[in-house]
Amino acid sequence: MTGVISGVIIWIIGGLLALAGGRRDRLSGWISAGALLAGAVPMLPAILAVLGGAPPLLLDARWSVPGGQFALRLDALAAWFLLPTVFLGVLAAIYGIGYLAGEGHHRSAGPSWFFFNLLVASMATVLMARNAVLFLTAWEVMALASFFLVTRDDEKESVRRAGWIYLVATHLGTAFLLAFFLLAARDTGSLDFQKWANVGSSVPSLASLMFLLALLGFGAKAGIIPLHVWLPEAHPAAPSHVSALMSGVMIKTGVYGLLRALTFLGDPPSWWGWMLLIVGVTSGILGVLFALAQHDLKRLLAYHSVENIGIIFMGLGLGELGLSLNLGWLSALGFAGCLLHVVNHALFKGLLFLGAGTVLKSAGSLEIDHLGGLSKRIPWTATLFLVGSVAICGLPPLNGFISEMLIFLGGFEAVAIGGASGVLTGLAVIAGLALISGLAIACFTKAFGIVFLGEPRSKAAQMAVPARHRWILRVPMLLLASACLGIGLAAPLLLPVLSGVISVVAPRSTVEPMTTTAAFLQKTVWAFALLAGLCVALAALRRRLLSGRTVGTSVTWDCGYARPTARMQYTASSFARPITILFDRVVRTQAELEMSPGLFPEKAAFATETPDSFLHTVYGRLFGTGARLIAGLRWLQHGNIHLYVLYIALTLLGLLFWMTR
Amino acid sequence: MNASWLSVPLALLLAPLVLGVVNRTKAFFAGRTGQPLLQVYYDIVKLLRKGAVYSGTTTWVFRAGPLVTLAVLLTLVPMTPLGGQQAPLSFTGDIVVFCALLGLARFFTIVAALDTGSAFEGMGASREALFGALAEPALYLALAALVRHTGSAGLSDSFGVLSQRNWMAVDPAVVLVAVALFGVFLVENCRIPVDDPNTHLELTMIHEVMVLDHSGPDFAFVLWGSALRAWILGCLVAGIAVPALSSSPWVNVAVGVGGVLGLAVVVGVIESVMARLRMTVIPHLLVGSAALAATALLLGMR
Repeated sequence: MTGVISGVIIWIIGGLLALAGGRRDRLSGWISAGALLAGAVPMLPAILAVLGGAPPLLLDARWSVPGGQFALRLDALAAWFLLPTVFLGVLAAIYGIGYLAGEGHHRSAGPSWFFFNLLVASMATVLMARNAVLFLTAWEVMALASFFLVTRDDEKESVRRAGWIYLVATHLGTAFLLAFFLLAARDTGSLDFQKWANVGSSVPSLASLMFLLALLGFGAKAGIIPLHVWLPEAHPAAPSHVSALMSGVMIKTGVYGLLRALTFLGDPPSWWGWMLLIVGVTSGILGVLFALAQHDLKRLLAYHSVENIGIIFMGLGLGELGLSLNLGWLSALGFAGCLLHVVNHALFKGLLFLGAGTVLKSAGSLEIDHLGGLSKRIPWTATLFLVGSVAICGLPPLNGFISEMLIFLGGFEAVAIGGASGVLTGLAVIAGLALISGLAIACFTKAFGIVFLGEPRSKAAQMAVPARHRWILRVPMLLLASACLGIGLAAPLLLPVLSGVISVVAPRSTVEPMTTTAAFLQKTVWAFALLAGLCVALAALRRRLLSGRTVGTSVTWDCGYARPTARMQYTASSFARPITILFDRVVRTQAELEMSPGLFPEKAAFATETPDSFLHTVYGRLFGTGARLIAGLRWLQHGNIHLYVLYIALTLLGLLFWMTR
Repeated sequence: MNASWLSVPLALLLAPLVLGVVNRTKAFFAGRTGQPLLQVYYDIVKLLRKGAVYSGTTTWVFRAGPLVTLAVLLTLVPMTPLGGQQAPLSFTGDIVVFCALLGLARFFTIVAALDTGSAFEGMGASREALFGALAEPALYLALAALVRHTGSAGLSDSFGVLSQRNWMAVDPAVVLVAVALFGVFLVENCRIPVDDPNTHLELTMIHEVMVLDHSGPDFAFVLWGSALRAWILGCLVAGIAVPALSSSPWVNVAVGVGGVLGLAVVVGVIESVMARLRMTVIPHLLVGSAALAATALLLGMR
């Protein structure tokens, strides 16, 4: 445990030193990233040992906060989440050095680096905390650190707005968590997690109430629909390396929290599993549909986080259903898919956000319809973004496929078991995941194809050049892409590790299926090898055939039209239009066409926009009504500190009366 | 030699014949002499002997498109059961690998089309993305229903069960699976009523328009790839509709080949007697296929 604790302390010290770096932005960047790397060194052996089956590490120190105890415990579940946090944290920081350098920002990067290290440290603490007070403190530090990271460019109105939405959403979530922890503490008389086994079983339906509170509280952080509204605002507003970290690992603390909460709550009734499954399918399908309709690359990626959280929840729901139906196979496959997708999403979403950052640095825009042809200008980024796109679509041979395959296998397993619940579970999982992955292909062929392929659609895209510090930007992406490929090919070896993690989440679930599944995956890897061999053979064949023959270059065939221009190309909105029309009831894209009514064509304009329907309808109305109701109490808030002190005194007096009543 | 290995050389050799049979059937119905049965073979050989022209807009992604697509389909060949025989490469969960590999081929076909920067190819890519997204649930659900009714976990095993007892004996609901798979077959292979491979207007095409810029060996790859796709999906449809009930594996393989070629005749007849659907109606066909497959799955709830 000393290694892990000293790692976290090194991170925080590095953050403080970076703060002292003042206006020397690159210096503070190197200090901060260097500290993250240095802290990771003593941590990794401990994490890997715990994942390898070593007993959990413990630290239990006194803490003077009432009810608080400085209790940390690194078990396999925490280690599984900590590993991508450390990996992506270090890589995103290294990328950030190049990304923030030469930005010409009006304020120094020191505070941003301080909050970056603080965010990584607080996430590690959240994962290890075994006391409610400590957990909530770290949770709040995490929320605030990420808030300050998101609002770095707060001179922009859109960034301030995004920051507010994030702050409100995260605190609403925390409110539910507070209720969850208070109920647990009331039921067990302790704030320590290790005393919470089977919490809520004393009072009927208390456990179910606590499950709902945990789902809402942790779901708001994870970004399930309809609590996702902060994601598409906050991720585009933040600097790209921060978006990568937030989307890649921070939202996963919500998944972690829910998994941890479920370990307290005892045997799940089957409706919990159903609820998680339905939430997962809804988030997955709506997330990818909204993503398809976006024009801003980072907003698109943010909605894809909602989709991937949906896939993770589908795995989780399958796992819980398996537990409640006493089907060990099903629960093992579901949890395995859920847990592996957590790591996979961190890798490919991190890669894609970093890729988007390089696009912004090179072409100065993230507006998909203004880009195009970037693969000739920034070929490395293009290739790495393609790897991330294939991975996120869940296509072989990359990592996304493996986790989705595990969930699919769970669905087929449920179908094979039969019975009403088996067939319905299988139907929901298979149909939902198939539609999600089909739409994800549409979405990422759009994102990759329109941004990187074809001809540039604007002057800025035409003039795009590789960003400065290109190797600092490139190496983290290269490592993430290799990890995507590595997990895809080494999946059979990973499953035994996963079974250790599953036994923490579901002690009763059988782990034996993991060995059998590893055997299937072995065959899958053979199929990948065959595919790779065939690709190489066909490329060699084509090269041989074409050697010595005329290989000409010409313009693209455009139906005999001799002078094609870049403006004739398909755009992001036209590519996605058939799908957004088909799902118009949900997506509600607003199109605006300006055209002169005359006989001859003149200047015309067409614009589409897809605002988040939940943000504007549900939350807009809810908060509007709330604000009107509360406006009557505004006289209480007058800014006079003396009277505020009086409020405190009066409250204390009132509480005293209530206590002595 | 084992009969199950026979499916690989048969697929590689006979796949272009499927398209030839479709064309001959259409010629017969139209009263034309029509192209020779082996025309697709001649085309592939001719194209392999040519040079190539690439658009200046394109990058390596464009060249990777036909290559990856053909490699994927060649990988699928040993996974596809023919005539109820165990496929050479079969394992539990091969259904997921099968469907996901088809997705990989679609991904690369679409990005290769977008790489040309052509408005027409973008249009085709956009349509392919939509229809592919809707075809995926239909394919997965159909195979899930098959798993339910045959009580086995892999592609080869399910078709093996079907070849021992025909679908009437397994469960009549399996016929819904065959219909759903036939819908997927039509969409994935871009046949009438979804797409007209012989159309002469780029605006109305789906698949043909995406490969407009490929030439020479690349186009030969595309052509062989689409023949293989027809063969592979045809094996699935025919494997249900025409069960191979003989005890001799050789006869069963022959029945399997006959089934695929018979399916080609059916496709030719459909193409002769009906026009293609409006583009906006095609999603209905696909959602209908998925719904049929879901119904077949639910009928197996017992």
